[in-house]
Amino acid sequence: MSKIVNPSVEYPANTWPLLFYGAAVLILAGIMVGLSYILGQRHEDKDTNTPFESGMKVTGSARLRFSVHFYLVAMFFVIFDLEAVFVVAWAIAFNELGWTGYIGVIIFIGVLTAVLVYEWRIGALDFGPNGKKILKAQKEFK
Amino acid sequence: MQDFYNILPLILVASGIVISVVIEILSDNSEKILPWFSALVLLSASVYSIMLMNNTGTIFNGMLATGGNVYIFHFIFTIGAMLIILGSIDYIKKYGSYFGEYYILILNAVLGMMIMASARDLFMVFIGLELMSICFYVLAGINRKKLNANEASLKYVLLGAFASGFVVYGIALIYGTAQTTSIDKIIAGFVPLSHNILFITGLFLFLVGFSFKIAAFPFHQWVPDVYQGSATTISGLMSTGGKAAAFSVLIILLSAVAPSNANVFRPYFAVIATLSMIYGSIVAISQNNLKRMLAYSSIAHAGYMSIGLASGNYESIAGIIFYLAAYTFMNIGAFIVISMIEGENDSKLQLSDYVGLNAKNPKLAALMALFMFALSGLPPFAGFFGKYYVFISAIEANLTWLAIVGVISSVISVYFYLRVIVLMYFKEPETSVAVHNSNYGVLAAVISALFVIVFGLFPGTLLDLITSFLK
Repeated sequence: MSKIVNPSVEYPANTWPLLFYGAAVLILAGIMVGLSYILGQRHEDKDTNTPFESGMKVTGSARLRFSVHFYLVAMFFVIFDLEAVFVVAWAIAFNELGWTGYIGVIIFIGVLTAVLVYEWRIGALDFGPNGKKILKAQKEFK
Repeated sequence: MQDFYNILPLILVASGIVISVVIEILSDNSEKILPWFSALVLLSASVYSIMLMNNTGTIFNGMLATGGNVYIFHFIFTIGAMLIILGSIDYIKKYGSYFGEYYILILNAVLGMMIMASARDLFMVFIGLELMSICFYVLAGINRKKLNANEASLKYVLLGAFASGFVVYGIALIYGTAQTTSIDKIIAGFVPLSHNILFITGLFLFLVGFSFKIAAFPFHQWVPDVYQGSATTISGLMSTGGKAAAFSVLIILLSAVAPSNANVFRPYFAVIATLSMIYGSIVAISQNNLKRMLAYSSIAHAGYMSIGLASGNYESIAGIIFYLAAYTFMNIGAFIVISMIEGENDSKLQLSDYVGLNAKNPKLAALMALFMFALSGLPPFAGFFGKYYVFISAIEANLTWLAIVGVISSVISVYFYLRVIVLMYFKEPETSVAVHNSNYGVLAAVISALFVIVFGLFPGTLLDLITSFLK
């Protein structure tokens, strides 16, 4: 209960350097953009409004359709990466946590294994077309 | 070890999920095993939550609370989800999209609700909220070939993520001012903190996020589309378990102000309650689709429960918990009956399909009539006492006008509930289409009907139990 010592927020008294710096940044940027707008040259050429791709001509739209596996792999990476973080956090405090922590992490890794097997089984880890499944589907189709 | 024994209901559900995943991997017959296994897990969790009700306390360094009203909530969630699973067994076959994940996701959603009800730390609240919500987003679109199931799922995930954003921002501001995320510590320092504008802003953002989850008026727009588009059984779970879980968090916050009688939330909840009740009751009248009608009625019920939040005394907390218990069983019952009458491809959901149901299937008509009577709040069913206790608490808190608005909107809502009964009993059937009869569905509806009748006949028993835990 004594943790709450400071119910009201204190604003630091000398915030003016920060405010001055922020204002200076805005003014400087404004001058640079504004001057080049006023003094600069104007071109209305064929490629003026196309995106700059290292001087090359633009090829095609940026809105490609990625394979759904791309997202799946990205998600698995995030999930397993985060799980690795938990295991590392346990490993750092290995001595302090003792057997309780050990049992806890065993249960955690057990759950992870079950999930990994599940992903494997539903075919989430198959990259590219699965020949066996296509053959099976073809047989059923006939 | 005592700590682990005290949260046995949570552990049972959590290990049930892992075992369900293993069953889904290993067995080709999981379609038959999983519903019964998950129903068994939920039943045993509910039995343990009754047995451990007296072991009140907090565990894991004040992260989770056990016993008392928390376990009354756990009982509501687990039994409600068990009834939904019983009702789903035949529905999911008719619906034509069986996935083993359906039952695993229901178990996960229930675990999320239980964590939310137990939580005594803002981070636990958020973990529970997200676990429940993400499972609901997926469950809403479980029939991925149907267009309006996809629409429901997408609408729910976009708006739900937005609401979660409000909750997180609120938590950040609360943590920034209170310097702790422990709810008990925040409650202890509540009076000095409530003079801090940033703390109040954080609390308000937190409340906005949860007003979305309870489907109260200005944050209700997702409700009709989502309830209509998702599978009927899932709508039943979302409208009861999800709402009860969000209310359980609001009740914890409310207990901060209950003793001091300095309810800073009163204006907010009074406005929300008035608007939700009137809007829900009036718009429900013009609905022809039964699922949509129940969605608007669910907005109105959120309004009635918010009256209790506005009055903010111990009577109102007990009233809300009683109301939630009653509402869960009557609404789940109504949704299960609808799911049995529903035909393929969203057919037979209109009011006209209920004309003369008594002649076609008297059993379902009687159950539906009972749930409609209970939802409209007629005695001697549980719905009446839920509203009664909430209104009484409002009068004791000098909010008589709010109670009067509540009574007026209940009278309005009687019209659309009783219209279903009139159509079922006093009109001759025009078409003679056979009604699907599902034994498990009828069993689930009968169990909910029993709860509705028992809570209605002996309301004092449950209310005394809830009140004894509050003091």
